[in-house]
Amino acid sequence: MSRPNVGDALEVLTLSLDDNLFAFEATHVREILDLVPITEVPTSNPFVGGLINVRGKVVPLADLRHKFGMRCRAPTVDTRIVVVEVDLDGDQTTIGLIADKVHEVSRMSATSLEDTPKIGMIWRQEYIRCIAKQDETFVVVLDLPTVFAPDPRAKRDHGPDGAVGRNAA
Amino acid sequence: MAKTILTVDDSASMRQMIGMTLSGAGYGVLEAGDGAQGLAVARGKSIDMVLTDLNMPVMDGITLIRELRRLPTMTGIPIVLITTESDAQKKSEAKAAGATGWITKPFQPEQLLTLAKKVLGQ
Amino acid sequence: MTTTDPGEIFQQEAQDLLALLETTLLDLEHTPGDGALIDTAFRALHTIKGSGSMFGFEAVAKFTHHVETAFDMVRQGKLAPNHGLIAVALESRDHMRLLIEQPEFADPRTGEALLARLREVVETGGAPAETAVAAPSEAVAPEAGIGWRIRFSLPRDALVNGTNPLLLLDELRDLGEARVVAQIDDVPPLAEIEPTACHVGWLVELVTDVPAAAIEDVFLFVRDEMTLEITPLGADDAPAAEAVEAVPAAAPVTVAETVGRPTAAAPTPAPAPKPADPAVEKREAPGSKLAAASVRVPAERLDELMERVGELVITQSRLSQIAATSLDQQVKAVSEEIERLVLELRGTTMGIRMVPIGSLFGRFRRVVHDLSRDLGKEVELVTSGEETELDKTMIEQLNDPLVHMIRNAIDHGIESPEARRAAGKPEKGRMLLSATHAGTEVLVTLEDDGAGLDRDRIRARAIERGLIAADAVLADADLFQVLFQPGFSTAKTVTSLSGRGVGMDVVKRTIDGLRGRIDISSTPGQGTRVSLRLPLTLAIIDGLLVRVGQGRYVLPLAAVEECVELSSEEDARSRGLSFLNLRGDLVPFLRLRELFHAKVPADHYQKIVVVSSGDLKVGLVVDQVIGDHQTVIKSLSKLHTDIHMFSGATILGDGTVALILDIGHLVAFGQMVEDNLRESA
Repeated sequence: MSRPNVGDALEVLTLSLDDNLFAFEATHVREILDLVPITEVPTSNPFVGGLINVRGKVVPLADLRHKFGMRCRAPTVDTRIVVVEVDLDGDQTTIGLIADKVHEVSRMSATSLEDTPKIGMIWRQEYIRCIAKQDETFVVVLDLPTVFAPDPRAKRDHGPDGAVGRNAA
Repeated sequence: MAKTILTVDDSASMRQMIGMTLSGAGYGVLEAGDGAQGLAVARGKSIDMVLTDLNMPVMDGITLIRELRRLPTMTGIPIVLITTESDAQKKSEAKAAGATGWITKPFQPEQLLTLAKKVLGQ
Repeated sequence: MTTTDPGEIFQQEAQDLLALLETTLLDLEHTPGDGALIDTAFRALHTIKGSGSMFGFEAVAKFTHHVETAFDMVRQGKLAPNHGLIAVALESRDHMRLLIEQPEFADPRTGEALLARLREVVETGGAPAETAVAAPSEAVAPEAGIGWRIRFSLPRDALVNGTNPLLLLDELRDLGEARVVAQIDDVPPLAEIEPTACHVGWLVELVTDVPAAAIEDVFLFVRDEMTLEITPLGADDAPAAEAVEAVPAAAPVTVAETVGRPTAAAPTPAPAPKPADPAVEKREAPGSKLAAASVRVPAERLDELMERVGELVITQSRLSQIAATSLDQQVKAVSEEIERLVLELRGTTMGIRMVPIGSLFGRFRRVVHDLSRDLGKEVELVTSGEETELDKTMIEQLNDPLVHMIRNAIDHGIESPEARRAAGKPEKGRMLLSATHAGTEVLVTLEDDGAGLDRDRIRARAIERGLIAADAVLADADLFQVLFQPGFSTAKTVTSLSGRGVGMDVVKRTIDGLRGRIDISSTPGQGTRVSLRLPLTLAIIDGLLVRVGQGRYVLPLAAVEECVELSSEEDARSRGLSFLNLRGDLVPFLRLRELFHAKVPADHYQKIVVVSSGDLKVGLVVDQVIGDHQTVIKSLSKLHTDIHMFSGATILGDGTVALILDIGHLVAFGQMVEDNLRESA
């Protein structure tokens, strides 16, 4: 996906994770839900450790706070689930994202990375689609397909999962 | 009272086309996939006309015609053969067996209706 | 997609016929004298030609005509169904298929080349027989005058055979102003009258401007046997000798050159019966009901139906949950009734989707035939268990993996005839493709009697590729799993046939996607066996709902053998994995609490659910057995492809999601831990 040019107007949804402000393009968003019962998936990567029921569909629930090494606070009245659709290797996949707070959909203009203050730079560069700016606020706009792409380094032993089948000692 | 026509053909698309054409024109349509089935249907139902293919599994068209003509209820009931040009030599055999007429593939729906009208009147 | 377009129905039908033709030709190659096979081949060709011409597939009809002619000769004993003919016929069949399904890719030159070969076979294989197609001779119609005098009498059996003279007279009346006089000269005395014979003749004076040919047309069907005289009106009353010479009766009702997709006279929706089934269907006049013995339905409608049933099952379990807490007896009764109905509906729906695997197996004979010819190997494919039923989606998806496995077996497994002879084996290799039910699963195996897998080479390659550690100690079955790793390749020369290295990982992925498993065993010098274990259905299963910690999980009920209590002594005695003495059998058990890292303390009375997969058993320790649950299987997303312990998820009555345990995986895991324990003991 090509990055937007500096100055392009972007429609983004902003949300809070821990104390940080993030955004992604509003075109991904399908709906925003109040917290629903979450089914834990044992042995899974905590980043996608849950499943939820979205209108009869079983949808994985992702917690970006895990991915980005942030605190996972207990849910509050502001906690929401943002249901997004992301292209994963050719498949349109519906994913729920947990957010400590959802702000708004707004138009922002893409700005160049060099102009950016050092917020958000502790995360891997490829997760960032661009930096957007509204008034004097800078927001990290995430590139969701990359965030959800399989991480080649993340090979973990899942107990029975890793042990059977491959026997890669 | 709508006249009932029995179509005997092992080709589903043919049955479909004939069925649509005839039922669209107000005829009642019975279908069978081979001669043996056709005979079974003719035994159980009151039929005003039979359209039959020649080459069919289980029982072929000529045998069917012969068998149908043995049924008392089939006396005087028109039996029309669905043929292809390559069946030409079979036509006389079918006639000897008791066929009333024939229609040659390919034909248009209107031609089928003309035929039905011709042998059934109305 | 609609089922009312005969053109589309023809395409489906042609698919079936072409498949039938293929198997018949292959059979015929083995038993060339089988008259029934010859008839079947001829009929398939005949129908493709006839129906094809009806529905606008002119090129198909034209091409098929020649093949049909050849088989007509075979039928009449004028041509032998030798290898040459079968080979050309098989290729012609492929060409027909292309003409029907993707005419834009059909090269007319291929068709011509095939026909040329066919001619050659026909000419060398038997006396060239002219097909006796009577060319309709052109009748020179006499000039139309003011009208015609028509004198005719019908054959004696005309009435019996369905000809109605009154209709003929009506038709003549339609042509103009007619005066009809009955000719009763030939009517015998009453005692001699045959009631069903036609003794009467007619004289009709018809004032009209139509040509005599139009009058001939009226008598089209009876022309050969009847007497007919047509003379212009106004001429002398001529004797019979001067009658117009009858036009040969070969001109049929129709005009041959007008072919096109028929425009439906009326859009009466009518599902077409399957040709293979005893299809007798009553279709009343428009507006009335249809009752069909068998119908053909587009596959996606079945999927849709299954989806709706799935939604219904989930909604029904919500209702059950509400009813369970309700005090209203009527609500409870209705809920139970609906539960029963939904269960039946589910069973019926799944039944509709089950298809015998034989339809799939049939296709592979051709693959084997072509491949063994191309590779210069002799291979015989034996199939068994064709009647085994599987969900149709599964059957469709099994095609490619099985083709690939067969190719691999022929390409790499079965040796050349020389090598086989040297090894003291019959020159002809043998492959057995079989299907059987095994509990909740269907087992599909492909066995060959070839050289077997080269363990050492596979191992060396796996180490070279970094797929296993150099010092790894692996059982054969585990080592062979590396064949399914992407990019693994052992073939010294990559052949175009199996495209080695790009296939087996895809096979594995497809089987995984079907929630199945794939295993390989091999004996050097004796052959290889690849087994696929597949669930019966992809859609809905009977489940047993259990609780582990705070989570609820579903076990496929069909895999459950029994539930026993885990006594506190037994529990205390063992940590990790242990054995359960089940009537003398030692069954290993797994504590799901530990596998799932449950955080809450265990229930006081835990249960062991004994499950089996194949002939292996394992006990699963759970906190609580909740009960039966109709489980609509939802697959997990790509984000959870690394989770092997669960085969999917489902939605419970209260709307929450529960995971479905993958029994095959857990059993294998239990066995492996058991083996490790035994070894270390």
